[in-house]
Amino acid sequence: MSTVVSRRELLAAGGLVVAFSLARRAMAQLAGGGEGGGGPKLRRPDLAGSLKTTPELDSWIHLAPDGRVTVFSGKAELGQGIRTALLQVAAEELDVSPASITFVTADTARTPDEGLTAGSHSMQDSGTAIANAAANVRMLLTRAAARQWRLAPEGLRTTGDGHVVAPDGRRLDYGALAKGLSLQVEAVADAPRRDPASYRTLGRDLPRVDIPAKLTGGKAYVQDLRMAGMLHARIVRGPSHGTRLIAPQLAAAAKAPGVVKLLQNGSFVAVIARTEWQAIQAMRMAQASDYVRTAPPLPVEDGVRHLQSLPSREIVVLDTHDGDRPKASTLRAQYSRPWYSHASIGPSCAVALLKDGGLTIWSHSQGVFDMHRATAELVGLPPEKVRVIHTPSAGCYGQNGADDVTAEAAMIAMAVPGRPIRLQWMREQEFGWEPLGCGMVTQVEASLGPDKRIASWTYEVWSNSHNNRPVRAGGYAVAQEIEQPFTKQEPKPIPMPEGDGDRNANPLYDLPNMDVRYHFVPQMPLRVSALRSLGAHLNIFSLESMMDELALTASIDPLAFRLEHMRDERARAVMKAAAQAFGWEGRRRSDGRRGCGFAFARYKNEGAYCALAMEIEVERETGGITIHRVNAAIDAGQAANPDGIRNQVEGGIIQSLSWAIHEEMTFDESKRTGFDWGSYPILRFDQVPGSIEVEVMHRPGLPFLGAGETAQGPTSAALANAIADATGVRLRDMPLTPAKLKAAIGVGA
Amino acid sequence: MNRFLLFAMRRRTIATALALLVLVGTIALVATWRPSIAPIAIPKVSAFTQASVERGAVLAKLGDCAVCHTSEGGAPLAGGRPLATPFGTLFATNITPDRQTGIGVWSRAAFIRAMRDGVRRDGAHLYPALPYEHFTHVTDEDLGDLYAFLMTRRPVRATPPPNRLIFPLGFRPLLAGWKLLFLQKGQVKSDPTKTAEWNRGAYLAEGLGHYAACHSPRNLAGGEERARAYAGGVAEGWRAPALDASNPAARRWTQEALYTFLRTGISPDHSAAAGPMAPVVESLSTVPEEDVQAIATYFASKLGGGSPVAPGRVVERTALAAAAEPAGAVLFAGACAGCHGVGAPMTAQQRPSLALSSDLRDADPTNAIQSVLQGIEPPVAGRGPKMPPFAASLTDTQVAATLAYARARYTDRAAWPKLAKTVRKARREGTQP
Amino acid sequence: MTITVSVNGQVQRLEADPATPLLYVLREDLGLNGAKYGCGLGQCGACTVQIDGKAAFSCVTPLAAVEGREVRTVEGLGTIDRMNPLQQAFVEEQAAQCGYCIAGMIMRAQALLDINPTPSDAEIRSHMQPNLCRCGTHMRILRAIRRASGQAA
Repeated sequence: MSTVVSRRELLAAGGLVVAFSLARRAMAQLAGGGEGGGGPKLRRPDLAGSLKTTPELDSWIHLAPDGRVTVFSGKAELGQGIRTALLQVAAEELDVSPASITFVTADTARTPDEGLTAGSHSMQDSGTAIANAAANVRMLLTRAAARQWRLAPEGLRTTGDGHVVAPDGRRLDYGALAKGLSLQVEAVADAPRRDPASYRTLGRDLPRVDIPAKLTGGKAYVQDLRMAGMLHARIVRGPSHGTRLIAPQLAAAAKAPGVVKLLQNGSFVAVIARTEWQAIQAMRMAQASDYVRTAPPLPVEDGVRHLQSLPSREIVVLDTHDGDRPKASTLRAQYSRPWYSHASIGPSCAVALLKDGGLTIWSHSQGVFDMHRATAELVGLPPEKVRVIHTPSAGCYGQNGADDVTAEAAMIAMAVPGRPIRLQWMREQEFGWEPLGCGMVTQVEASLGPDKRIASWTYEVWSNSHNNRPVRAGGYAVAQEIEQPFTKQEPKPIPMPEGDGDRNANPLYDLPNMDVRYHFVPQMPLRVSALRSLGAHLNIFSLESMMDELALTASIDPLAFRLEHMRDERARAVMKAAAQAFGWEGRRRSDGRRGCGFAFARYKNEGAYCALAMEIEVERETGGITIHRVNAAIDAGQAANPDGIRNQVEGGIIQSLSWAIHEEMTFDESKRTGFDWGSYPILRFDQVPGSIEVEVMHRPGLPFLGAGETAQGPTSAALANAIADATGVRLRDMPLTPAKLKAAIGVGA
Repeated sequence: MNRFLLFAMRRRTIATALALLVLVGTIALVATWRPSIAPIAIPKVSAFTQASVERGAVLAKLGDCAVCHTSEGGAPLAGGRPLATPFGTLFATNITPDRQTGIGVWSRAAFIRAMRDGVRRDGAHLYPALPYEHFTHVTDEDLGDLYAFLMTRRPVRATPPPNRLIFPLGFRPLLAGWKLLFLQKGQVKSDPTKTAEWNRGAYLAEGLGHYAACHSPRNLAGGEERARAYAGGVAEGWRAPALDASNPAARRWTQEALYTFLRTGISPDHSAAAGPMAPVVESLSTVPEEDVQAIATYFASKLGGGSPVAPGRVVERTALAAAAEPAGAVLFAGACAGCHGVGAPMTAQQRPSLALSSDLRDADPTNAIQSVLQGIEPPVAGRGPKMPPFAASLTDTQVAATLAYARARYTDRAAWPKLAKTVRKARREGTQP
Repeated sequence: MTITVSVNGQVQRLEADPATPLLYVLREDLGLNGAKYGCGLGQCGACTVQIDGKAAFSCVTPLAAVEGREVRTVEGLGTIDRMNPLQQAFVEEQAAQCGYCIAGMIMRAQALLDINPTPSDAEIRSHMQPNLCRCGTHMRILRAIRRASGQAA
């Protein structure tokens, strides 16, 4: 079954009215999951991946006379292993060794603009583009050799070490061939790809190229940048977004040892000092002040359900009519999740330098191209004078403080020309000021027919926009703090098929009479933006929980019930694979303590497929949960680096468990009260599962499917299903804490 | 006198003494003997009402049964947790209703006898590690509910390690003597001059709550010094501060402050629950509010009368302390100020200043030391104050210097004497046996 | 003020404010990248180093506190060309995603292996508790530690 469904095919399917726009602009926005800015113009819609917007081969690949290859990607290494995976793609299609490639990522001066590194798009956008560009280059090299030898190109082969070889054994190396070749040409759509059966690199577990340095203290992060004359900066702020210090001790801080400058612009204050410790001490000195709230009070009374009382715009996601069907039973339920912190281990950091009228910023933003435009507007420079170079930091999992700190470092650098400025947010600033993952509420009403199949499906989801990445200056927190503020960026939903609050609100299951609505709430009680998987986390949690609740009502096994309603062959395959590996058929029956749960999702109904099963044990005295084992299966199309996919899925499983069991950004009326790891606890070693096994399905040659966010939804759902199986208790409001579970269980042992 | 006569006299004295000893010993053995109570068939869960089990669950929290009777990472109530005492190390028993290794075959009467008299089902005396000199005050009805709760728990097969007591304390009949001196049975007397809430608090605190077991000093025999009840005591290498008028707090422990502390694990006018107090507040965060209010009322009356410091006046003598303890000032700036200093994130979050810390004001520096060495974990539901342990970062001398500075800066109390020595001792005692 | 500390076996004479947390001295004065700023509050372990062989948070250890003591960082365990067995095990298990927590994990794990060469799974989990990983690399970290201890992963 084709995984890339064209608009024509979709409309021809009939009976399915889907509200999304396939306008050219929207297509361009699809790079990076539809978040972020408009991105570059669509120039060659007939080409694959990001070649659509950057069709010239030499934007992607340079060949040096000595045979060394440089490959450029607009995507960034976030710790998800993309640098290595893309390197493998390039090496494979060029047919050279990975070691002979220098790989350059996201730099506004050097690489193609591929929008954001987000939305699990990197393999689909960049991987596809690089594969095709490299195939194009290999084709051109082969043709050049053919011309030189006066042979038919079809008879020539490449050797995997940078040579073209003739049937009689004559060889020419790429370097020599490159001399007579111009890559300033646009790619063609049908350059022959290598045969998966003869893959040398793709599909292998090439060790990640960035790991060794990270284990031995090598320079690997933006935090490790050291430059001559570098100064250290810290922001002086209230405890939380929407607060302001009443009387910061600026005079005293300006006189603190080592302080070179104290920058004040409206309520934006930064101290700049010679050493990091001096900057920290000056900041602490300045922060000795009470604060006041500058935004409306936080919704302490009703928490996330406050969203249901705010004005909203209704977006119809699905409205299908398959005739009235008899309903034997109807289930209704509400599900929710709280606001989450990205909780990056390393608080955000950026280095900026204003020199000779040009601003260079080393940033770990997922969108360096958006940064260079938005920051240029903020500081009043033309965009071509602002260069942003992606430099890795700790995992961000969406829009954390990275974008803000990029802008703030730039502002400080403008005030201290010629000196590199290193700005590091503190831990409490990261918790207090970064945009959070959206709190959301869903409501489901589903009915079963007498044939025990779903007869109708009514679904509503309330959410703010997950799409608040700064694309203009007004998107930054600092933009509203300065003397001459910028208008706040208007929150917009991301249209389907990607969606944001409604991401994965459209079930992949074959369900009749679907009524799915997204109540898009523009007003944001807390500052929010994209967090890994966006709305898919709660939407899949809701869908997969309700599937289990329906299966229970119908007295049908949860896996069988899902298979009954799923026609997509690849979805069925991952479900069966996970179930098989887990031993679902012969699984231990619930005994009040131990239980099993199953869940499935195809991320965005366009990305990778993931099914998983888990076995847990509940300590009824405390509500504590032990996760004994998890078995997952993932279909990501042609796996570039299977171990990289496994790593991402394992990580997604653990992160999703942490979200589901522990996490919640707490707040009082005036501020966020999660400010350190004591007040915002996440999963630690003692609660990590006994084992996690991930099977990467073998799908040679199939288009790449983004895998980084696939496990978020199914894991939380499988947990809720396992808890219900173990104890009979159905929990629907995350976090599913021990206290909640204990309260629901009562005293029964 | 001639030596032969002396010798003869001595032999007679020895013989008499021996005879007396044997007589006393026999009387004692007879006096200490308790009958075994016959084992019963393990009661079915349905033998108890839901209401009784639910009440028992609350009582178990108020008595903190699971805190002592659960080992680290072990099944709840299945025993095995070590308790270090000056007399050696005892291991908590398995009180799940397991037939072989727990209390599965204990009748209600056997359970009540254990709680009231400190006697095991088979007649052996129990060590007062089980604070039966407090549990003896619990009413029959409550003991019945507690029994219902325990007997409906999940049975776990687990045998605790054998006790490691100093010879000859392993000889249980000796405990009869201990009980003669220290076990005063009977109900907690109601005080008609006090409110119902106060009396409820008294009943809970003196009985199941066994607060005096930690917060009272003990004599050489290990019994509580009743005359100095709540004058402060020790628990697992920490100090249980005085809960009487000699409590060193900077701000008065009002009923409200006590309630907040016991319920949430932190009082904004004092500090966070740490060390062995953490599991207590974890339990109290789950019981009905009224019970915690009652306990707070009871202890507020004991603590009241302490010298109140006017709210708002907080001691901070930074310059003086830096001059007196320059080494400590430097260490504090690098190790502590990130959380406890000016402009630190905790301040904006309304966490209490060190100037309000009772531990810094106490004549006994033990808790201040243990907080620094061991750190503090969030006491309630895993979320709240979290302080790192400094045991690996700071030497004993450095801990002493830092604390001396903090005491000088945040209190107007005299310096702690021989602090480094006390730190060394506390570090030893704070590690698990 | 000059403070003398042994770092990775080399005696360093450091001119810095003695109150400076060791983390910043290591990174700024000595150019060592391993120990990282994660919270500055002793809660996440990204800054973990060894002081006299015991794992410690360098973000809350003032420079003055380590005068005359032995500090070891990940750079002192091995280099990119000659890793020690634990670092090698992390490579073999590909035990990193963003990698920010990993140097701290390695220092804490090494402190365990130094006193208990064949720890059980439970012992490893308990010992590693003070260190956070947000990417969810825990399973691989546990496998790497077991591999380094010569036990079956």
